[in-house]
Amino acid sequence: MAGQNQRLNVVPTVTMLGVMKARLVGATRGHALLKKKSDALTVQFRAILKKIVAAKESMGETMRASSFSLAEAKYVAGDGVRHVVLQSVRAASVRVRSHQENVAGVKLPKFTHFVDPAAASSGGASNASPSLTGLARGGQQVAACRAAHVKAIEVLVELASLQTSFLTLDEAIKTTNRRVNALENVVKPRIENTISYIKGELDELEREDFFRLKKIQGYKKREIERQTAAAKLFAEEQLAEDLALKRGISLGSAANLLVAGGDKDDDIIF
Amino acid sequence: MAGRPSIPTKSSALIAMIADEDTVTGFLLAGVGNVDLRKKTNYLIVDNKTTVKQIEDAFKEFTAREDIAIVLISQYVANMIRFLVDGYNKPVPAILEIPSKDHPYDPAHDSVLSRVKYLFSAESVASDRR
Repeated sequence: MAGQNQRLNVVPTVTMLGVMKARLVGATRGHALLKKKSDALTVQFRAILKKIVAAKESMGETMRASSFSLAEAKYVAGDGVRHVVLQSVRAASVRVRSHQENVAGVKLPKFTHFVDPAAASSGGASNASPSLTGLARGGQQVAACRAAHVKAIEVLVELASLQTSFLTLDEAIKTTNRRVNALENVVKPRIENTISYIKGELDELEREDFFRLKKIQGYKKREIERQTAAAKLFAEEQLAEDLALKRGISLGSAANLLVAGGDKDDDIIF
Repeated sequence: MAGRPSIPTKSSALIAMIADEDTVTGFLLAGVGNVDLRKKTNYLIVDNKTTVKQIEDAFKEFTAREDIAIVLISQYVANMIRFLVDGYNKPVPAILEIPSKDHPYDPAHDSVLSRVKYLFSAESVASDRR
């Protein structure tokens, strides 16, 4: 692998070794925590997945029921009912409230629908007063159609919030897994490589030091031997000189005595 | 966290619709419809005269609006602008594909369900569906 032989560019010292070890501990702990987070998210993700599939199915049922009830309403109240509905739209009475839910540090949006009472009381005919639409005929079917669609909205809002959570969680899980893998496969091996590099380098230094000490020791030994030998030689020479002096003649001044004496002696005429 | 879009928490938001006339009528009856002061609606009725351009514009407008939390879109309409729907990846507003009366619902086309199937092996989804 490409990341195996990499290491951080650091000075191999004991301090750096300590720093690297601390970083390795940190990386290991972070890796464990992220792994836990990823697991928690995956559990949540699977639960949401099951709910989504169930909700999609119930959505099909509900939508079928609601469009069937709309067909009934149209049959009874006449086709003109939809023009009445389309014409009289004012403010929405069914609205959505969104809030957040926190799962392992990931914020998931949740939608809940509610009926806005202000819009319902002051709004248009189709929104507010159920009696006006289909007043002439088919009021009951129109009311049933409305109820069926409100129910459909309920299911759809739930499904929307599940789906949004699904997308958000999907993204979060991907990010977390990427971080886990990065820590496991890049950061940790790199720090470990750096630690082994520093250790190797420190060992090398130690060996070098030892070798140098040995070398110096050998050199000193040789030097002492040489000095002892020189001292011995000197002592022998000294001894020889002493002996010559005792005989009365210095080895060096034996010839000079004659020369010096010859200059000063007046009795010698030639 | 950086890079992640924030989720607005508001007290009330709207549900937008892009669907055929019957579906829109039904949901308007339930009280979803909203017309603001400038006569801007939160729904688009798709009939055979509606162009793909209009649908695209409506989709872009609804997904960009602040006060919309959910966009309901008929599946056959979503198929017309599939590239936009598949390319959309924000959490809010949520895009929801709904079946329409005269076009049967096909789960294989749904962008979310196809991702569900892509992420998980077929057996886990199939076992849930019985």
